[in-house]
Formats: sequence, structure tokens, C-alpha cells
Amino acid sequence: MSWFKRQAKGIKTALNDQINVPEGQWVKCPGCSQPLNARELGNNLLVCPKCTYHFKMTSQDYFELLFDDRKFRIFDDNLISVDPLDFTDKKAYTTRLKNTRKKTGLSDSARAATGKVGGHSVSMASMDFSFIGGSMGSVVGEVITRAIKRACRKKTPLILITQSGGARMMEGALSLMQMAKTAANLTKLSDKGLPFIVILTNPTTGGVTASFAMLGDVHIAEPGALIGFAGPRIIRETMGQDLPDGFQKSEFVQEHGFIDMIVERKDLRGRLIHLLHLFMEAVPLAD
Amino acid sequence: MAERQTKHLLDFEKPLFELEQKLEEMRNLDSGRTTAVVNRSLRSLEKRVSVLRTSIYENLTRWQRVQIARHPDRPYTLDHIAGLTDGFIEFHGDRLFGDDPAMVGGFATFKGSRFGFTDRTVMILGQQKGRNTKARKYRRFGMPNPEGYRKALRLMKLAAKFNKPIITLLDTPGAFPGLEAEERGQAQAIALNLFEMARLPVPIVVNLIGDGASGGALGIGVGDRILMMENAWYSVISPESCSSILWRSWDYKEEAARALKLTAADLIDIGVIDEIVSEPTGGAHSDPEKAIHSLGEAIARNLEELDGFSTAELLKNRLAKFDGMGVFEEN
Ligand SMILES: [Zn+2]
Repeated sequence: MSWFKRQAKGIKTALNDQINVPEGQWVKCPGCSQPLNARELGNNLLVCPKCTYHFKMTSQDYFELLFDDRKFRIFDDNLISVDPLDFTDKKAYTTRLKNTRKKTGLSDSARAATGKVGGHSVSMASMDFSFIGGSMGSVVGEVITRAIKRACRKKTPLILITQSGGARMMEGALSLMQMAKTAANLTKLSDKGLPFIVILTNPTTGGVTASFAMLGDVHIAEPGALIGFAGPRIIRETMGQDLPDGFQKSEFVQEHGFIDMIVERKDLRGRLIHLLHLFMEAVPLAD
Repeated sequence: MAERQTKHLLDFEKPLFELEQKLEEMRNLDSGRTTAVVNRSLRSLEKRVSVLRTSIYENLTRWQRVQIARHPDRPYTLDHIAGLTDGFIEFHGDRLFGDDPAMVGGFATFKGSRFGFTDRTVMILGQQKGRNTKARKYRRFGMPNPEGYRKALRLMKLAAKFNKPIITLLDTPGAFPGLEAEERGQAQAIALNLFEMARLPVPIVVNLIGDGASGGALGIGVGDRILMMENAWYSVISPESCSSILWRSWDYKEEAARALKLTAADLIDIGVIDEIVSEPTGGAHSDPEKAIHSLGEAIARNLEELDGFSTAELLKNRLAKFDGMGVFEEN
């Protein structure tokens, strides 16, 4: 896919946004509070050169970072969230959806793609926090499910990149059911002996963690990502005390046994290729 | 007795309670000298009580149903187990870390014969709340830790091993949001249950009996039939938490309950549940025995129906059921 075509479609990439800012703009790093040159940050995969704080990337950024020659084919970006519950809080869900679509150029908070990584065909899906907090409603459940089915059908590994505040409140129980839907479909991938790699990015919480994000054969996390079920605020309220430093961060979650490896963004593609070589070479696949 | 009732009286039940008390007084007065006049006014008052009860319970708001779902006199998991089975033996522990009193389960004989079906061994399990302060704390308000979900999975796998059907009873304000729960992998425990329940080779009948909040409920909620009691609620979040996040205030729980469409009647329309189990007028807490009986009849009937499927059909249908959940458009 050409650079131009993507721009024309209005898909935002966080990397490109930073690279294209006027020279001399600065960003304050939430990790070390240092001022960072925006363009340099963009050229460093949005990772702080001083403290390795990982700023959020978009699904488009991850696809471009991970696929061979930045070549991939997007699927299911024609799936659109509707408003099955006629949900209104301070704002109508339909208005929220319309505004978010316009602002982000995305149809929802998950996108699927296929392509090659290190020569291996893979089915991939990645999430966008900018779309209603990366929340999972019916569309996200369906996009992930179709990515799983695509992997099963084409007998390829599945790679899911997670970035989500959890299930989407505005679709009520239907959002909750997406946890069961994705988990149930993953049993089929497992039956076929196909690898499932999860890359957890900041943040991955709630219903996404409690479903496909924690069902991988391999769990890779970016450094310093918030990973958990309940949010820190609610846990602080429950416990009535401050939480320990680094609580629910990648390193903490790895220490407690739920993450295999923490990999810096610049090494992600290399690590994926290494794993895919190990999994896919000379492995006879079950039908 | 009257005192106890007052304590657990829901706001909207007050007018009904007052009228019932008036009726009670009149009955007491009446004893000894029955006259036609007194009889007439007694009957008229009885009628008013019944009309009022029906009108309140036929026009419940969603928030009122949430309140009924949480009524402390509502039958809890162990009450249903006691009412529907014989010889329940509780099993303890996840074999990994500990035992969680917020999740209970074990083998028992389900008394299907009471409903015209057969008695049979089942695995029956669910979240358990406490009735007094001490028990509530012990049961962690029905909010399981990871070891609760892992115990549930251990028991369900035992059921599969011995080829016994599984009955789950969902009644929780959510998985416990604690520091240790996170350390021990609350998310992973729930995720694994969803995955494993999707492929357990025995029939699973899931029952929503009260509170049904979020992944904490769903963690034992994947199955072949999803039954829901008339006044239970089930959603991705509680109305209070939804209010606090979307309205940035705890005061919009009624609006949130309305927006979330969390009642049995709402959920059957969008395919999240299969069957509504009717409760006595006045809610399950007004007549627990009758409520337990209704649930038992529904479970017995569904177990019998599921007997008609081969394991392969069962699993295929179960996957298709959850695969089909969700509403979206394809442009
Ligand atoms: Zn920094």
C-alpha cells in the first residue's frame, strides 16, 4: 500500500503526525518530564530517547512497523458500529461514533490486516486507543473474530496488538459478549495448532485483557504498558491505600507470571520474526 | 417479622407495605366479631393490595429491577442449590493458591423428578453473597478473586471428566478489584474460563439469578443455554460505575440502568439470553420458594433438551451461539 493512498484515505498515523510537525515543536515526556523534540520523537518510533517511555502508536503505525516492506492488505474496515441499545449518556452514542470517525478517520477501534512478517504469512489485528478509548463493542469483536477465522482458514499465525480501556459501555451486554465470542473462536485456532502471539501495548485493561489479550501462546508487552483487569483508580478505592510503584505495569505483570517478554518497540519486528521462524519452520500443521 | 421486612423494604415497595400492614391490622381487629361490613371492607382492601402489587411489579423501571436483584432476601446461589438438589457436596480450592468463599460449587443430585424429568448428578456452582455483615465480608460481597474462577474451572473440568452436566449460577457485582487479584491474574483467570467453557464437552446451563456485572459474571457464563430470572440484570458494567464514568457522578445510576438495557426483557431481544424465568409477583424475595421452583423447572427442561444433542453438535451450537453475538453494519 502506497504512502499516498493511505494519506488520501485519511487514516491517521501517530508517527507521521509527529514527523510532520513544524520544526522546533516540543513534547513533554510523561515518563521523565523532559522536553522532547517532536520530530526526533517521531523518528524514534515515538519512544523517548532519554527514558524509553513508549508513546501510543496507531494500528496503522504497527502495521507499517511490523509487515515486510510495509506491505499489507486491510480487511473489514467496512464494519460499522450501530447503536443497538439506543444509548445516550451526556452525548448520544451515534453522535459520539460520528464525531470519532471524523476525528480519527477510523471506522472503529480495531483493524485487521494480512501480509508477511519475515516471509511468513500472518493474520494480524491492531487496536486504536483514539477511537473511544480503544473500547470493544460488536465491531471490534467481529474484526478480531474474522482475523482469527482468517488465520484458521489460511493456516497462518495470528498476531493481535492490544490497546484498549476495555469493553464499550455503550453497547452494554453485547460488548460483554464479545469477550466470549473472541475467546470461543480462539479454541478453533488452538485446535489447528496455529501460533497466537499477543503484543500488549499501553494500555490494555478490562474486557480485552480478560479475553483475547490473555489467551496467547506468547505474550509480548511493550515496556511500561498499563496491563490489568480493574483500573488503578477503582483498586485504590477498594484498597483504601496507595498502590505500589509500577503496579500493573508490564514489568510488574511479567514478574507475576503473565507476560513472557518485554520488548522495546524498535525490537518488536525482529522478535516476531524470530518467534515465527521457531513456530513455523518444518512444523507440520494439523488440518 | 414486620421489623425485619421494614429493614429490607425497597423505596417503591413502601406504599404496598403500608397497605399490607393496614390489612393485617384489620384482620387482627376482625377476629372474634365477623360482620358482613367488616368482611366487605376486608375483601376490598385485599383487592387493593393485590392491584397495587401488580401495578408496581408490572411497571418496574430498570433501576427498580436492579434493586430487586440485590434484595438481601432474594435467593442466593446456596439457596438455589439447597432448594433444587439433594446431597450437595461442596468442593474447595483451586489447587494453585487457595479457596475462594465468593465462589461455591460441587456435585449434587439435581431433583429433575420434581418437574417431571429425571434426577441426575450435576456439577452446580456460582458466586455466593453473604446475608449479614460478617458473611458479606467472608464472601467478599460475591466478588471472586482469581482463585474463585480457577476453582470453578477445576470443578467444571471434573464434571467433563465424569460426563456430568454443569449448572452455573451468576450473582456478582463484579470480579474483585483488588491489588492481590491483579497480582494473581484476575484477567487471565476469567479469559481462560471463557476459552475452556467454550469447549467443555458436557451440557452447560447458565443462570442469571441476581447481579450480573461484567467479566466477573461472564467468567462462569459461557454455555449452551442462558437463562435469566425476570428481575436479574446483566451488563458490561454496573449502573453506578457507568454513571461515575460517563456522567462523572454517582448520581445518574437510574439513567445508566435505563441506557444499559440490562434487564431480561431487554436481553432476550438482542439474543444475549435464551429464556426469561418468571418470578412471583412481588419479586423472588417475596416468595423465594416459588422463585427457586421456577428456576428449577427451567433448568430441568433445558437439561432434558440438551440431552438430545451429540457432543459435537453441542459444541458446534455453542460456538455458533457466541459467534453470532453482536450487532453491526457492513458497508
Ligand atoms: Zn522520557
